[in-house]
Amino acid sequence: MSSETQKILTTDGIPLEESLKKAEKKNKIKAFLLVAPLLLYLLITYIFPIGDMFLRSIDDKMVTKMLPKTFKAMEQWDGKDLPSEEVFEAFYLDYRILVKEKTFGKLATQLNYEKNGFKSILKKLARKQKKFEEGNYKEQIMKVHKRWANVEYWRAIKRRAPNYTYAKYLKGVDMYEDENGKIVQVEESRRVHKKLWFRTLEIAFFVTVFCFLMAYPIAHLLATLPMKYSNLLMICVLLPFWTSLLVRTASWMILLQQQGIVNDFFVWIGLVADESRPEMMYNKTGTYVAMTQILLPFMVLPLYSVMKTISPSLMRAGKSLGGTPFVAFWKVYFPLTIPGIGAGCLLVFILAIGYYITPALVGGASGTLISNQIAYHMKSTLDWSFASAMGLMLLLGVLAIYWVYNKLVGIDNIKLG
Amino acid sequence: MSKNNAFVKFEKVDKSYDGKLLVVKDLNLDIAEGEFITMLGPSGSGKTTCLMMLAGFETPTNGEIFLDSNPISNIPPHKRGIGMVFQNYALFPHMTVYENLAFPLKVRKISKDDIDKKVDKALSMVSLSGFENRMPGQLSGGQQQRVAVARALVFDPAVVLMDEPLGALDKNLRESMQYEIKHIHESIGVTVVYVTHDQGEALTMSNRIAVFNDGKVQQLSSPDKLYEEPQNSFVAEFIGENNRFDGEVLDVSNGVCKVKIGQGEILANPISVKSKGEKTTVSIRPERALINPKDKMDNNQKGKIEEVIYHGDHTRVRINLLGNSDFILKVPNSSQNLDIKLGNEISIGWNSQDARALDPK
Ligand SMILES: Nc1ncnc2c1ncn2[C@@H]1O[C@H](COP(=O)(O)OP(=O)(O)OP(=O)(O)O)[C@@H](O)[C@H]1O
Ligand SMILES: [Mg+2]
Repeated sequence: MSSETQKILTTDGIPLEESLKKAEKKNKIKAFLLVAPLLLYLLITYIFPIGDMFLRSIDDKMVTKMLPKTFKAMEQWDGKDLPSEEVFEAFYLDYRILVKEKTFGKLATQLNYEKNGFKSILKKLARKQKKFEEGNYKEQIMKVHKRWANVEYWRAIKRRAPNYTYAKYLKGVDMYEDENGKIVQVEESRRVHKKLWFRTLEIAFFVTVFCFLMAYPIAHLLATLPMKYSNLLMICVLLPFWTSLLVRTASWMILLQQQGIVNDFFVWIGLVADESRPEMMYNKTGTYVAMTQILLPFMVLPLYSVMKTISPSLMRAGKSLGGTPFVAFWKVYFPLTIPGIGAGCLLVFILAIGYYITPALVGGASGTLISNQIAYHMKSTLDWSFASAMGLMLLLGVLAIYWVYNKLVGIDNIKLG
Repeated sequence: MSKNNAFVKFEKVDKSYDGKLLVVKDLNLDIAEGEFITMLGPSGSGKTTCLMMLAGFETPTNGEIFLDSNPISNIPPHKRGIGMVFQNYALFPHMTVYENLAFPLKVRKISKDDIDKKVDKALSMVSLSGFENRMPGQLSGGQQQRVAVARALVFDPAVVLMDEPLGALDKNLRESMQYEIKHIHESIGVTVVYVTHDQGEALTMSNRIAVFNDGKVQQLSSPDKLYEEPQNSFVAEFIGENNRFDGEVLDVSNGVCKVKIGQGEILANPISVKSKGEKTTVSIRPERALINPKDKMDNNQKGKIEEVIYHGDHTRVRINLLGNSDFILKVPNSSQNLDIKLGNEISIGWNSQDARALDPK
């Protein structure tokens, strides 16, 4: 054997490695061109909106842009005592422009988020500033309202100086940064979001559990029944897919409301008295029932596709080796369905955690989820940055669940069919 | 301990899946303790059904099955203590080889030490020691097969059922596995009920063979008897190669019958014919007919060679004889070169004892 490694050449005399690279480059470019439309599509419809959402959620330029001179002047201010005359003057000049452009209302809203009581004193200032004389603005402004002499309000303005903020994220978990820069919880009565997050997790979890408990026997039947019955059953499982979501939810409303069919039936058979009909709609129960039914196919299908591949002779082998039917099921059949269980649970849980229409319609006050809150901020308060922040938090939550699942079960163990 | 000659007993067992068709008809079968019995038959003849009834996965429509003289119809499969090797191995894919073998022992609550010992022993029996931690998916087909055999035997069942266990293996592996299974059977003396539709496999492995057709046992006897002395024309046709003539009995006397075949007449051994005028199928094994026989034989016919096929150790000669153009002869290649040429007219002889007059086909 020679120790010298000779470079292998192609018949044209080019080193083999080089010509291989060249040949592969062409293929790589071709492959890239083939997937380029998809990449572009993903970029436009997925990555770009999420990026935009993120920027929106941390964006705080509005106030920064409205009060450029003020923030410039405030750079010198240590925030302990009332700011100096320069700050007051800069603020007056900024605010005069806003009043002229009639956009000071926006500033009032924004600053009011930061500290209650800004709205009225800004309005008053807008009226009074017309008669301001030149010079000594500090005095004149403080005269408009005594709150202007309160350093807290000036600190609140300064807090809005940065271009970016994570305040929306804090707000999403009922926290805020107080005057001293400490992160604290909002007062007890105003903690709505945390409760919603937990309720969302709770409902998603139980919906997943209910779906699993119902889907497992159905999927098993589907996989083992003879063709002619299993086809019929399959149609029954898929029927919900072919019916409009709204129609399905509405029919649950008809069935479950207090004067609905189910309650009528209960009264008729004497299970409950007419006066004490249970509320099964417009609360958590309604959300549970409707969501479980709607998400059931997403559990049945992955389970079915996995069970279909399990040979019936495995159960028989288990029994012939001495396992009782239960042991054979638990030790042989069940472990083999875990990939399907994983896929189904992950799918249902992730769908449930972001579910919107059904809880909005049947959830009432106690059955709505975080996505309903997001929608509320998108449509009613128009606080899009807060909606974006919560949307991203939801996305992060889903990714976290996915990560945990991957650690526990392994994502390649998932089988969707 | 005296050997039980009817350790497993099928008594008048009928089975129908759909209430219209009997797939097993009036099955009566006694299997002795320690016996290796094979069910052989064409596809759909009811072999698997019989095994499933014995294992407890199907119930007989009628009749009863006894295990060691106890009726077992009401015993669920997991209490029958019958080992089973499935056609597709049915190893548990999520368990290692060790766990697969330990499964039947664990459900019997055997101590960990004993489990280890038994698993070790079973694995070395199929020469797979050292494979304990492999998953079934990491084994070759033959190795999986051996694990399946070891698993069916590891809990010392009284009876082991094997349903075409070698069906998926190639020819070489098949032959070595046949040898291995046979060897294991001899060394531990377990009763084996084996299903196959490969007659070579059945002939080499079994103590007795039950030939199935159409839900019925056509013949139950030892391999040599089955080949040499088929009791009916289905068995004669199904087992080994067979030359047959359809004809009519002219006369039965002194254990020999005269059968009219087309224009000619031959002498035959009357197995299932009794009297003149009956229709019959006469069966002769190819190696029983000789070309230009030296010894005196009581059947002598002339035939024309239609085809000569070289087979290495022997040559097959197809002859048109008495209107049957599919008459096959096997000529060993060591014998002196007879005048075997296409189109030649040769003389062929056989003993009437070897020409069995069976039921008409
Ligand atoms: N579960 C079933 N339902 C209805 N008919 C069945 C069922 N299983 C088997 N059969 C029918 O019973 C007959 C006997 O089947 P069986 O499986 O016993 O045949 P086999 O001898 O094992 O054939 P093979 O050699 O092909 O395995 C066949 O006609 C088959 O169609
Ligand atoms: Mg079969």
